[in-house]
Parts: sequence; C-alpha cells; structure tokens
Amino acid sequence: MRENSENLEEAVSIRAADKVFNPDSDNEVQALLGINLDIKEGDFISLIGPSGCGKSTLLRLIADLLVPTAGQVKVFGKTANQARLDQDYGMVFQHSGLFDWRDVSANIELPLELKGWSKADRQARSREMLELVRLEEFKDHYPRQLSGGMQQRVSIARALSFEPRLLLMDEPFGALDEMTREHMQVELLRIWRETGTTVVFVTHSIPEAAFLSSKVVVLSPRPGRIHSEITVDLGDRTDQTRQDPKFFQATTEVREALRAVEAG
Amino acid sequence: MTKRKALRTAFTVIVTLVLFVLLWEGYKWMGQQTEDHWPGTQFGLPVSTDDLTMPHASDIFNELTDEIRAGRETLPMTVYLAKKAAFTFLEAAIGFSLGVIVGLLLAIFMLRWRFAERGFLPWINVSQTVPLIALAPIVVTWARLQGYPDMVGISLIATYLTFFPVAVSGLRGLQSPDSSDVELMRSYAASWSSTLIKLRLPAARPFLFPAFKLAATLSVVGSIVGEISIGTKTGLGRAILDFAQRYAVWPERLYSSVIAASLLGLFVFGLVNAAEWLVIKRGREVLK
Ligand SMILES: Nc1ncnc2c1ncn2[C@@H]1O[C@H](COP(=O)(O)OP(=O)(O)O)[C@@H](O)[C@H]1O
Ligand SMILES: [Mg+2]
Repeated sequence: MRENSENLEEAVSIRAADKVFNPDSDNEVQALLGINLDIKEGDFISLIGPSGCGKSTLLRLIADLLVPTAGQVKVFGKTANQARLDQDYGMVFQHSGLFDWRDVSANIELPLELKGWSKADRQARSREMLELVRLEEFKDHYPRQLSGGMQQRVSIARALSFEPRLLLMDEPFGALDEMTREHMQVELLRIWRETGTTVVFVTHSIPEAAFLSSKVVVLSPRPGRIHSEITVDLGDRTDQTRQDPKFFQATTEVREALRAVEAG
Repeated sequence: MTKRKALRTAFTVIVTLVLFVLLWEGYKWMGQQTEDHWPGTQFGLPVSTDDLTMPHASDIFNELTDEIRAGRETLPMTVYLAKKAAFTFLEAAIGFSLGVIVGLLLAIFMLRWRFAERGFLPWINVSQTVPLIALAPIVVTWARLQGYPDMVGISLIATYLTFFPVAVSGLRGLQSPDSSDVELMRSYAASWSSTLIKLRLPAARPFLFPAFKLAATLSVVGSIVGEISIGTKTGLGRAILDFAQRYAVWPERLYSSVIAASLLGLFVFGLVNAAEWLVIKRGREVLK
C-alpha cells in the first residue's frame, strides 16, 4: 500500500510560512522564515537541527498549536485549524504527559472520552492499543509505576487511539537511555508499518533521524529555515540495520548537512 | 493507609500526649518548689504554676468525667461537651462547604479571566486582614436583621475564613499543569470546560487538600469565635464563654472545653485526611 506513494494525497503542505514571536517588541524572535515543506501520506519525516532552530515551532504550526505569522499550512488539504478540530493528528511530547491520576488504560481512553465514546468502545480500543504497544499486562498501572520507555509507549498508544492519519512527535525519545531508545525506534517503525500513519518526528539525534526516516529535513537556525532534505531508503529496518553500510552512509550525509548548517 | 501506618500514628499521638502531660506536671512541680522561679535564680517563670493558672492534668481529666448541671438535667462533662461540639461542628461543616464552593468558584473565575486575577487577588488578601472580632458582630447582626437563625451568621464567619486558602491554593493548582498538557488538550480540540474538568481540576487536587485541611481547622475557629462574639445559646463557644466567667472558681472546666475545641479541630482535620486518601491516594501507592 505504501509502494505507490506517488498517487497518495499530501498529508502536510506548508507554503512560505514565517513565525515571529512577540512581534514589534524588544524580545521579538524570528523563529521560522520562508518554510516550504510537503509531506506525503505514509511518509516518515524527521526534523533535525541545532537546538533553538525552530523544530518544535514548525511542529506546532502543523498542529495548529501556533499560528503562522505569514504563509499557509495545510493538513490533508484542509487548514491546520480544521485538521485539529477534526482530530486528524495525534501528538507525542518529550515528556510523556500522561496524567498521573489516571491509570494506563484511562490515559489511553482520554481522547476517546473527549469524543464522547461509550465506555465499552473505549475499553475495546484501549485493549487494542495496549496490544499494539505491547503493554497488555500494565493496563491498571499508574504512570509513576512505569519506566520512561513504557510511559512513552502509553503516550504513543494514547496519540493513536482515535486512529489519526498523522502522528506528530516532539523529541519523544529524548529523555530515554540509549538502549531503550534504540528499542523504541524499532517499535515505532513496527507501529508505523502496522498502522500506515504518517509521522513527523522532531529529533536532534543524527542516527535516530537516519534510522527512522524516509526523509530527513535539516533546519538551520536564526532564523529557522529548511537547509536541505535528505532522502533515506534503508528498506525494512531491524537492529542489524545499524551495522549496515547504507545506514552509515545516511548518518554521514545528515551529519555533513548539519556541519554545513553550524558553519552558517 | 496501611494498618501499620495507622498504628504508628496512634502510637505517636499517645507518646506526644504523655510527654505533654509530663512536661506540664514537671514544670508545675518545679514552680511549686521554687515559688515560680527558675531553679537557683531570681528570674521568675513566664507562667505561674498555682492551681488556678495550671490545674493538675489529673484534675482536668477528672473534670471531663464529672457531672455538670445543664438546665434541668445532669450529664457527664464529656457528653455535655460532645453535644456542644456537635452543634459547632454543624456550623463549621456548613461554613467549610460554603467556603470551599466560594473559594473554588473564585479560583476558576480568576483562572478564566486574567484581569480578575489581577483585580481580585489583592482584595482577597485584604479580606483576611479584617479582624475577625470586628467582623463577627457585623455579620451576625446582619443575619439577625434578615431573620435568619444565628447559625447562619456563624457559618458565614467560618466561610469567610475558609474560602481564602481554597481560592489561593486552588488558583495555583489550576495553573499547575505544564503547558504541554494544555497543548495536548488543545490537540484534542477539547473545550475550556473539558480542559478544566479533565486536566486542571484533577491536577489541582494535591494543592487543594492541604488548603482544605487548613480551611477545616479554620472553620472550627471561625465558628467558635462567631459563637462567642454573639453569645449564642449553645455550641462550644457558649461553653467556653460560661466557663471563662467562672474560671476563678473552676479553672478545670475552661481547660476541658479548650480540650474539646482542639479535639473537634483534630476531628475535622482527620475527616479531610480521610477524604484525601479516598480521592487521590487510594490504590495509587508507587510500587517499589
Ligand atoms: N512561546 C515562545 N515565545 C517566544 N519565543 C519562543 C517561543 N517558543 C519558541 N521561541 C523561540 O523560538 C526559537 C525556536 O524555538 P523551538 O522551536 O523551541 O526550537 P527547537 O525545538 O528547534 O529547539 C527559539 O529561539 C525560541 O527561544
Ligand atoms: Mg524543541
């Protein structure tokens, strides 16, 4: 299904988008300038760049959590605002953002509750989601009883519970240790394959971007612009892929782009 | 709460009580030996130790079990005080409930409209600097003129004391969620009221319960002060007022009523603790 991606709809389309924080004041920040970006449905896109270059801001423009100062953001052909109201995307932050007074299944059911689903439907869906992220035995646990990696899986399950077509992730594995992180990457790819969701993934880890993505978007700072887009094709990825020369080549390419960015 | 924890709490309470009685009696005994001076010095003790100022702990305790004439009947002091305390408790409970409602509404109002926070918060703070002794007769007189029973005025005084910690801590609690939690709710296109109910109010609970505990004890204080300042016919305030007038002959009685007031304070504090455990802690202890 992902094979004939040429025929698929644009998931995200950004045209000449600027974002200025605190305009016309002393602490005015030009966070993004002249962003053009197209993301095809089914793609896995990473946004990478030095800290403060506007990755989170760009993600929030897509999510309609921020409004561009100029330009246009379309999600599945609609305005970003309409897409948010239609709940076309799910969101995962660096800190799982689970509500600690809700157990795992209640956390996963939160967006469904807001949509007014019946209890039986919610429970059925949260069971499916727990299966998807392989946490069936932990449904009655509270977030504090889980490891960071498990919390992040619950957060992914929550974001996918209402089957959005787009998943927005802001450094979701940034707080995890290296081993957990690599494991979560493999898991995320499996979930991506199983659900066919389009993913936009913010990271500042070069190997993470190279391993996960079909396309790596490199941003340059002050003001944030798109420096380059690097297409990666590693096929079906497993932990073995990390020893693959093709993976090495992809990380090198991303690293060189980032060096060029840093050099200004 | 586990059984062990409950036992430990009970143990601590008893040990503290015993220590306090020992300290009381020890100080009194010392004062009696030295004619109210620090041993071997000319410096007087801050509190004199005669039987009028500091009755023996055993006399106060005996007083609690002694009989007292109340109108036409005679009852044990404990029962007499318990009846009075029950009345005060009712006033405090009404005052507390109203205070919690008013405090929460104020907090939500200040959360919703930032200008309300800027405009209201200073006045809420000022409200608490008005001396209770001055305020109580005003409120009670007003309530009487409206033809309400005294209980209404007294409960309102308790409300006046309780809404404050609830409003202030409530606002902090409602504002406590991370901006990413609020963004998450926005990403679900959740309305302001859904965000309040599903995120902000639950997140505010750990801020609210300490305020409720403070408010509960304040509601007892407020009720007693209210009773005293208008001279009601019943309640612990009445007992304290009566016994204070007869302090010179019967100091043990005033002490026993003070003990009853503290026990009532402890009781309402315990009620809030139990509610807290039911609402946020139960079944959620972190597994080690
Ligand atoms: N709410 C905001 N108000 C003002 N400036 C902001 C705000 N959010 C981000 N910025 C600024 O915009 C720039 C980009 O931030 P961000 O998108 O968070 O970067 P990144 O995620 O790449 O580290 C930074 O200079 C940051 O300080
Ligand atoms: Mg960021």
